[in-house]
Amino acid sequence: MDPQTLIARRISKELREGMLVNLGIGIPALVADYVPRDLEIFFQSENGLIGTGPGPQEGMIEPWLTDAGGNPVTALPGACTFDSAMSFALIRGGHVDLTVLGGLQVDQEGHLANWMIPGKMVPGMGGAMDLVSGAKRVIVAMQHTAKGKSKIVKKCDLPLTSQRPVEMVVTDLAVIIFKAATATLLETAPGVSVEDVLAATEAELTVAENVTTMSL
Amino acid sequence: MKIVPVRDAVAMIPSGSMLMIGGFMAVGTPARIIDELVLQGQKELTVIANDTARPGIGIGKLIRNGQVRRLIASHIGLNPETQKQMHDGSLEVTLLPQGTLVECIRAGGAGLGGVLTRTGLGTLVEDGKEKILVKGVEYLLEPALHADYALVEAFLCDYNGNLTYALTGRNFNPVMAMAANTTIVNAEHIVPTGMIPPDHVLTPGPIVDYLIARS
Repeated sequence: MDPQTLIARRISKELREGMLVNLGIGIPALVADYVPRDLEIFFQSENGLIGTGPGPQEGMIEPWLTDAGGNPVTALPGACTFDSAMSFALIRGGHVDLTVLGGLQVDQEGHLANWMIPGKMVPGMGGAMDLVSGAKRVIVAMQHTAKGKSKIVKKCDLPLTSQRPVEMVVTDLAVIIFKAATATLLETAPGVSVEDVLAATEAELTVAENVTTMSL
Repeated sequence: MKIVPVRDAVAMIPSGSMLMIGGFMAVGTPARIIDELVLQGQKELTVIANDTARPGIGIGKLIRNGQVRRLIASHIGLNPETQKQMHDGSLEVTLLPQGTLVECIRAGGAGLGGVLTRTGLGTLVEDGKEKILVKGVEYLLEPALHADYALVEAFLCDYNGNLTYALTGRNFNPVMAMAANTTIVNAEHIVPTGMIPPDHVLTPGPIVDYLIARS
């Protein structure tokens, strides 16, 4: 299984019936592909839609119905649309149960950096700062390392997205949770040992008593 | 509401104006008004918008044509031309979190001085901004935004200027319609009064100053 699929499949296990969920672009967007059919989840697109469905079949593209990346989508029965003020009232106001976002760095206290690399890449924060500040639960989906360097660091040297720590990071190697400024290794990917994870991680990790293998 | 040809509507906008332009990645962006702005070539514009779409698309046309001096937006990641102009100094960019941006526009249209939000605290966004304690909780004070012109794309407009929007084409449009001295609307369809049920009107007619005539 490729790393992105592994991460998305593991995160899909965190979804519960009736949740209002916002998925970021990239790996997070893949999570929707692995939701069990019998589970009713409300997906929000921050550009003003709850009930976002899959991409339209050929010939059924509606230019005024897109996701937050501007890609054509469908709307499921029961969907609703609204303006951007309502969309972010939902996000900031704590009405979104779960958001899954990509990350550049997460530090050992759970702080996320995901919106700029000074001097190199300044895409802007879009909705990320509001999502991290306001969603009930934040999960970061990212590769454990980039160019051999750990993305889970002691302290972020990239600009933070929010001062509010995230709850969980799922990588191609591990599931790590953050509580009271402590990072705890909870699960490892199939075929990955605790030692492998510790060796690939710059942050100080507490190892849970019973580290399990990710269920996928 | 006055009905004007697009050429006359855009001719009202002088160089140096501050514009709010609706749309999200060019969905719900008033393309006819933008094309006319490119044709007439107003310069030194300040644009307030969620994003600048992609190169040469939607607001990206104004960027490519060098008409924008200052931009207030939440995301420019999909338009390398915007980033290039920002880096070479020809475009001054202020990035705001999307929720803050839209709420500051809402405040501007609602007669409020600004917004208190926790978004941006502890990040680069808080630089130079005042923090305020309310019941022991810290907030960032973000001042309201108001523009000279709001350029709005609606789905239906009736003869009284009542507006509805289509699906995700709504986004910033109804919020911006409220927050400018002059609101100029392009509508996909102009329909007889009464075709939009009162409960479905999202922007009340008296807010609309100019409707672009069908060509």
